[in-house]
Amino acid sequence: MLRQAFAITGLSVRSIPERWAPSLVIVIGLAGVVAVFTALLAMSAGFESTLKSTGRHDAAIILRGGSDAELNSGFDRDSTDLIKEKPGIRPGADGKPLAAAELMVIAELVRRDDVRSGANVTLRGVEPASFMLRPQLKIVAGRNFTPGLRELIVGRGVLQQFQGADVGQTVRMRGSEWTVVGEFASGDSHDSEMWADINVARSTFGRLGSSSVLAALDEPGGFDRLKAAIAADPRLSMDVLREDDYFSGQTKQFRQTIGVLAGVVTVIMGLGAVFAALNSMYAAVAARGKEIATLRAIGFGGLPVVVSVMIEALLLALAGAVLGALIAYLLFNNLSVATLGQNFTQVVFSFKVTPQLVVRGLVIAVLIGMIGGFLPALRAARVPVTTSLRES
Amino acid sequence: MTRTGFVVANLFRKRVRTILTLLSVIMAFLLFGLLQSVNSVFSSGADFVGATRLFVQARVSFTTALPVSMVPKLEAIAGVTRVAYLQWFGGVWQTNTPLIMFTLDPQRYHDVYPEWRMPEDQWQAFEHTRTGVIVGRQLADQYGWKIGQKIPISSQIWPQKDGSKAWAFDLVGIFDGKDEEWQKRTNQAFIQQDYFDEANQFGIKGRTNFFILKLAPGANAETISKTVDAMFENSPDETKTQTEKDFNISFVKQIGDIGLIVRWILFAVFFTLLLVVGNTMAQSVRERIPELAVLKTLGFSDGSVLGFVLAEAFALVLLGGLVGLALASIAGAMVEKQTGGQFLLELDGGVWLLGVVAIVLMSLAVGVLPALRARRLKIVDALAGR
Amino acid sequence: MSEPMVQVHNVTKVYERGKQKVEVLHGLTLDIPKGDFVALMGPSGSGKTTLLNLIGGLDKPTAGEITVGGNRIDQLGSGQLARWRAHNVGFVFQFYNLMPVLSAEANVELPLLLTKLSAAQRRKNVAVALEVVGLADRAKHKPRELSGGQEQRVAIARALVSDPQLLVCDEPTGDLDRKTADEILGLLQVLNREHGKTIVIVTHDPKAAGFARRTLHLEKGQLLEQAA
Repeated sequence: MLRQAFAITGLSVRSIPERWAPSLVIVIGLAGVVAVFTALLAMSAGFESTLKSTGRHDAAIILRGGSDAELNSGFDRDSTDLIKEKPGIRPGADGKPLAAAELMVIAELVRRDDVRSGANVTLRGVEPASFMLRPQLKIVAGRNFTPGLRELIVGRGVLQQFQGADVGQTVRMRGSEWTVVGEFASGDSHDSEMWADINVARSTFGRLGSSSVLAALDEPGGFDRLKAAIAADPRLSMDVLREDDYFSGQTKQFRQTIGVLAGVVTVIMGLGAVFAALNSMYAAVAARGKEIATLRAIGFGGLPVVVSVMIEALLLALAGAVLGALIAYLLFNNLSVATLGQNFTQVVFSFKVTPQLVVRGLVIAVLIGMIGGFLPALRAARVPVTTSLRES
Repeated sequence: MTRTGFVVANLFRKRVRTILTLLSVIMAFLLFGLLQSVNSVFSSGADFVGATRLFVQARVSFTTALPVSMVPKLEAIAGVTRVAYLQWFGGVWQTNTPLIMFTLDPQRYHDVYPEWRMPEDQWQAFEHTRTGVIVGRQLADQYGWKIGQKIPISSQIWPQKDGSKAWAFDLVGIFDGKDEEWQKRTNQAFIQQDYFDEANQFGIKGRTNFFILKLAPGANAETISKTVDAMFENSPDETKTQTEKDFNISFVKQIGDIGLIVRWILFAVFFTLLLVVGNTMAQSVRERIPELAVLKTLGFSDGSVLGFVLAEAFALVLLGGLVGLALASIAGAMVEKQTGGQFLLELDGGVWLLGVVAIVLMSLAVGVLPALRARRLKIVDALAGR
Repeated sequence: MSEPMVQVHNVTKVYERGKQKVEVLHGLTLDIPKGDFVALMGPSGSGKTTLLNLIGGLDKPTAGEITVGGNRIDQLGSGQLARWRAHNVGFVFQFYNLMPVLSAEANVELPLLLTKLSAAQRRKNVAVALEVVGLADRAKHKPRELSGGQEQRVAIARALVSDPQLLVCDEPTGDLDRKTADEILGLLQVLNREHGKTIVIVTHDPKAAGFARRTLHLEKGQLLEQAA
């Protein structure tokens, strides 16, 4: 049976160029569906990977209880000091607990591509320990800021998306001028931030405490100990999370939104593609009607005919899927964009066309191809031989 | 029978093919309707703003607070008739439903926003009830709140003096909007600034996020904006002033260029559709060359025959397009119902108009080549099968 | 004597097939009087169908003059020719060429869409035409539900419905069996004798030609002299 099927398939595939127009319809139709699907989910994947790669499993972020983002969190200096003394925190090279208080403030910069509207960018006031807690963060241009001075270092993503913050330029915030002295890269969402000395930030922005404390965990068991100790302290009402879990959580809303959008668009486009594929395959079967009937009159069974039609549909669908994935990759992969994060500040990320996504696109194509080929295949196998021979 | 009847009869010549093509058209316009209405929600959110009001926020970000003590300075500016202010409360209903909720001065707000319609006695009640809250009709309907109820709302940001983030307010008024556009915005809630100042744990008093300046008729918005910003330049409370309309626009822009994404998707969709329907039309005309030749023998002019083909393309796309847009309308209404009015996905006149334009353009695009072919064909050659 | 219905004077027709030029008719001249029923016969390539097409205004001669019903149709532009065809000629083809998507009566109504008649008037004319060809009871059927002979009758009704003076038929019985063919030809005779239509048919079949008043033979684009 298999041999028969392949023989017929070979014949039919060779005749595709004659029927290039309806075949092209399937290819282009599938390319469109897969390209859109891949591009949308590449956005989601890029956003997720930027935030997921932010944060370590062996570090904990401590926020004020009930705030689900750093923006909403804020507590005073006393609480900060209390937290740093709790058990479970790994000591640093100097023997002191490796923990940093950080202050999240919002600043405004002008986008590179749209001069009229400003967008909010995170300014993170940090302590020296902040750098030790993030070894992946490296200064790639200029130098680090000098503590005590109004100096900024700016993440690579910020420089990509916004203007006015290049090394050497001055940023005006709160009536004061800050000099950008360096650029850093950390390969995660921190690339969307500007960093400064926390004390200078505090005094400039009229804040007295911190937004969060980031602490290295003394594993194994450090996280649980820290969490328990903080919960037991009546003076503190805090949420303790592993840093990577926190950032993962931040992506939830965006991923959900994109997920819904991609889902709806793909289903509708997919249906459209199914109808187009059905149309084309019915036309293909009709065009080859005489040929199929002759084959069957000769003695080829019905099943090989069905299989050959389905294979043809599948091949065309896959061709379209590959084309679509390629288009998505060429146009969108690594394209840098920014959107509003949970803190009402911009998160810069890149589209990521992952192999996983390509495979999913191919699966969708296979599905559409099979549905689009099935009914016409049945028809091809069932129309009485004599009718087909006569009609043509 | 009429010419129209003839066109329609020809359309359903190969029923399966026509229906499948129709379904593709319907899918494309369904997507068009949905995406365009999402797009228009994001982009036209500013157009309905009539009276000129200016929004003043901290230059750095609206999440940074400004002191209410700025009000007299703002009111002193020529052209400013009244100043109201809004502070974000971060209200949450039942654990995890965020509310659009602000603290404010009731009388000032009433003066600056005549677009809200609420009985005067309810405004009075709001002014005189410290723990009072007024909500928009949409919110009240969605959660079944009635005047006189005590509504428990917690805050994401502000704890009460006892440390708990759970607050509760007395519902004293429900407001509507003056027209459909404003009615869409009745999903907000307002409480008294004074009560908040008194009751919050941090002792935060007299802070706010926005000042809203009501301008006198004929006042120059741009001049006044510049005056405000100049007034507070180089102070710890630097401001950014813009018209309410521009504020709405810039907020949406931060989410991203939604319009661009929608355009790209629709481009892909319609390009593919063009091929699908174009192929169907081309096939259909190719099969009918002898029939079209016969029409010419009967005395139909070359132009008539071109007209028949174009009409057929138009009928196909029109039928599919209208059904698709209608489905999008229904889907949008369903989404609205499901999310309790939170996600407004209505196909307004603008989207329908765009849809019709798209229908016309698409019919031309898919019909023009086959129609020209039909016009050009020579009777004698066609009949002979050449 | 009144003017002939059809006057063909020194007509030449040349086709261009790619780079080649093929002269199908050579300086042909003939007259067809009103009320005549002429059969054109000849082997393949003799030009009989080409001549028919010229007389019916489906094509224009390369040289020469053609006058039908007093009009110099060789001088008409294609738009004018279309209008002329609508009022002055009825066509009947070998393969009927009915619109498969329309019923018999809708098919017959088609030419009337070119007139200013109201829907009611159109329906009346259609009924009359179908009556004449004897198919009133099949009015609502689609072509695929009719036999070959019935389809041809519908085609003839369609050709008649605008009341043209001239009927032009290309192998009208080529696809029919003997008995049906005779019925159709008989109908043509009736149209000629009782309704005064001038009829020109092209045919391979000498028996079919026998129904006509006279037969003309063509060979290699020229008329051979003959008498009925």
